Amino acid sequence: MSASAYAIPSVLVFATSALLILIGAIGVISVKNPVHAALCLIMTLIGVAVAFVAQSADFLAAVQIIVYAGAIVVLFLFVIMFLGVDRREHIHFEPLVGQRVFAAVGVAITVGGLIALMARSHWVSGATSVTTKLSSGNGNVRELGTAVFTTYLFAFEVTAALLIIAVVGAVLLARRERPTQSEESA
Amino acid sequence: MNVPAAWYLILAAGLFGIGAFGLLTRRSALIMFMCIELMLNAVNLTFVTFARTLSDVSGQAIVFFVMVVAAAEVTVGLGIVVSVFRRRSSTSVDELSEMKG
Amino acid sequence: MATVATLILLLPLCGFLSVLILGRSLSEKQVGIIGTGVVAASFVLSVICFVLLLHHSSREVTVNLFSWISVGTLHVPAALLVDPLSITMCLFVTGISALIHLYSTGYMHGEKDFRKFFLYLNLFVFSMLLLVLANNLVLTFVGWEGVGLCSYWLVSYYFERDAAASAGKKAFIYNRVGDVGMLVAMFLLFSRLHTLTYLTIFARSGTLTPTIATLVVLTLLLGATGKSAQIPLFNWLPDAMEGPTPVSALIHAATMVTAGVYLLVRMSPVLALSPSGRMTIAVIGGVTAFVAATIATSQKDIKKVLAFSTISQIGYMVLAVGVGAYGAAIFLMVSHAFFKALLFLGSGSVIHSLNGEQDMRKMGGLQKYLPLTFPTFLVGWLAISGIPPFAGFWSKGDVLTNVFEHNKALWVLGVVTAILTAYYMTRLFILTFRGSERFRADTEGHDPHESPWVMTTPLIVLAALTVLGGALDLPWVHHDSLAGFLAPTFGYVAAGGHADTVVQYGLALVDVAAAIFGLLAAYTIWRNITESSRYESLFLEHVWHWDDFYDATIGRPLTDAAQFGDDVIEPKVIDGAITGLAVSVRRSAEGLRKVQSGFVRHYALATVLGLAVVIVFLVARVG
Repeated sequence: MSASAYAIPSVLVFATSALLILIGAIGVISVKNPVHAALCLIMTLIGVAVAFVAQSADFLAAVQIIVYAGAIVVLFLFVIMFLGVDRREHIHFEPLVGQRVFAAVGVAITVGGLIALMARSHWVSGATSVTTKLSSGNGNVRELGTAVFTTYLFAFEVTAALLIIAVVGAVLLARRERPTQSEESA
Repeated sequence: MNVPAAWYLILAAGLFGIGAFGLLTRRSALIMFMCIELMLNAVNLTFVTFARTLSDVSGQAIVFFVMVVAAAEVTVGLGIVVSVFRRRSSTSVDELSEMKG
Repeated sequence: MATVATLILLLPLCGFLSVLILGRSLSEKQVGIIGTGVVAASFVLSVICFVLLLHHSSREVTVNLFSWISVGTLHVPAALLVDPLSITMCLFVTGISALIHLYSTGYMHGEKDFRKFFLYLNLFVFSMLLLVLANNLVLTFVGWEGVGLCSYWLVSYYFERDAAASAGKKAFIYNRVGDVGMLVAMFLLFSRLHTLTYLTIFARSGTLTPTIATLVVLTLLLGATGKSAQIPLFNWLPDAMEGPTPVSALIHAATMVTAGVYLLVRMSPVLALSPSGRMTIAVIGGVTAFVAATIATSQKDIKKVLAFSTISQIGYMVLAVGVGAYGAAIFLMVSHAFFKALLFLGSGSVIHSLNGEQDMRKMGGLQKYLPLTFPTFLVGWLAISGIPPFAGFWSKGDVLTNVFEHNKALWVLGVVTAILTAYYMTRLFILTFRGSERFRADTEGHDPHESPWVMTTPLIVLAALTVLGGALDLPWVHHDSLAGFLAPTFGYVAAGGHADTVVQYGLALVDVAAAIFGLLAAYTIWRNITESSRYESLFLEHVWHWDDFYDATIGRPLTDAAQFGDDVIEPKVIDGAITGLAVSVRRSAEGLRKVQSGFVRHYALATVLGLAVVIVFLVARVG
């Protein structure tokens, strides 16, 4: 199939999202300054959000921006500040012998294999859904909400518990030890 | 007519590969975490593509949950990073090699 | 009859057990009384049993004690066979043992291990009686091994001496080699006849093929040569003289060494089936008699002369068995027991009077100091030399007559050996009792003293038996004598015909002439000298270098092989394999250990590489 068979806007949107994603990703893995890396991460996340919108996952695109880019990356930035902004990593020096070579080989084979696997299995196969149909006319949010609160209700409740645990864990981990010498020597 | 799913899937695969390579290659704990986020995003993109192609909202529900878990994971993970690297002068994971041998 | 027979066997065992259990609390005298008493009681019971047997309806009585082994077709009862042969053996074994026990109470007086001596001596008598009274080969073998074991213990009685310890070991090992022969014979007989009981073997022996019969005979001969010290397994007996003299008298003169001859005589119906086997036996006996006699002419130690003399006389017995003269062999066995025990005990008396001196060059002139030992020794000397009318003349003459009828060459060998016998015994007698008193240099002026009554009484008794023993089997009263008594046991064998009277007288004259010739020759030569390189030879003194030959061909290669095993195979091959296994495991583990580098990124890389492999596999499968 040639690209001209598809609508120009779709192709443009795809190209934009692809560009944003790839440049951001390469930036994350190659910049020295962690703050710059976080900014590149934001670029990737926005690229992914664009791709979400193009695939009619509106709600998810919004959540992506709000939660991922807005909260998670901010959290990253807090920690970077806390541990010291000027901590730089020496990128050109690799202490572990052969790590980069093997990593490149391994990753290349994995990605190549994934693509080959998908190509051989005709990319997408399977029946379209009956019960949780997309674009049934009710709007994306309503459909997603219905699915989450009915079909996947149990998972939803469990993730709520998970979030509580995460909060408790974070508080515990980041807490400073109270000085106990005075109690012990008394 | 939308772009075929194959293109998005290849894009996601590439993003995943870049994230994996970064994970293996960078020494800073924070950067490694960010690479993990890249990989998670690649997975999310894949799921959404399948949801669109198979016209099934379950894919999007899964992405929803992935995002929740990612958030929780980042919270706890960064807490660990803070508590481990609080007193050190560098965030290099190569220094945490007491389990050697 | 049954109770009497069982008691004969068990009394020495009771003696052994009571000394074993109560030993610590008993005094020397009490141990001596118990030890001698049980054997003497056994002798009395043997006499009673003998009389009972004479009046019994059949000449073979089986006394069943209990069923011992019963597996498949193998049935071995613990049973005794009382017949003329076994009763004869019992009589002289218990009789001479009792005398020697009495002698030992005097000879071993003051030894620190007095109890141990009597313990082993009693156990020995029990084993020997078991050997002769058993009614099957397996029980005989038990007794066979028992006497070998007691011989080992008693020879190495003075075990702190290296020579004594290794002599005991040598005796046991040579016996063991012979035992292989006896075992193989048992295997052969059982595989063909499916029985090991004597009477049943004899009944079924007709079914044996000549080759099997010959094999059985040859393997039995091997066992007999081990126990009775014949060629090729004889060199243990001279070394066994390291044991105390009563041991030499009892075990290595009168009883254990006759066990081999007994076995061959007992298996006479099987011997009858194999002419070549019998020829081999005769040749071995004759050659051994001759070789041992030559060696005895050059020995310096009084006990060694007597040891080789024993080997020689047993050679005569084996020769007699080989030509089928079983009665003559037993007659010689009995009379030899009398005069050889007499000679050994007498030499013990001599050694005792000189405080342990055994070298004849340092003796001499003891005639006037030992008024009881001298005449008894004289009797023994004359008997063994073959001078009439003592027992030796009649018994040796009987053997030689029978040999003459079957094989002239062996007869000539026998006569030459008789000359040599007279020669070396006269040499011994003269060097010990006559001539100058060469012991003066060592005894610092003390005169040798005669032995106590416990030692001289057995000497007197044995001397009397030696004088009168000929009466057991005088040639002209064959039928009512020992041979006649024993005849039913050998009735399965066609008895050899007797030569007519003229030949018999002629042969007797030859015997006497040989004896006198040897005697005079020794008297002339040794009257004035004690050592002579002309009449003694180192080759003969060193036992024809037989020991060295065995050492070079068997001993040294085996020791070298064992040393090789110890030096090379043990550390390198066996240890090496196991250690090598452990070392290789450790090395591989140390190699694998490096995988755990401690670096998180290595682990992550490993995960990704694993993932790559899985994906490649999936792609291959899908494609």
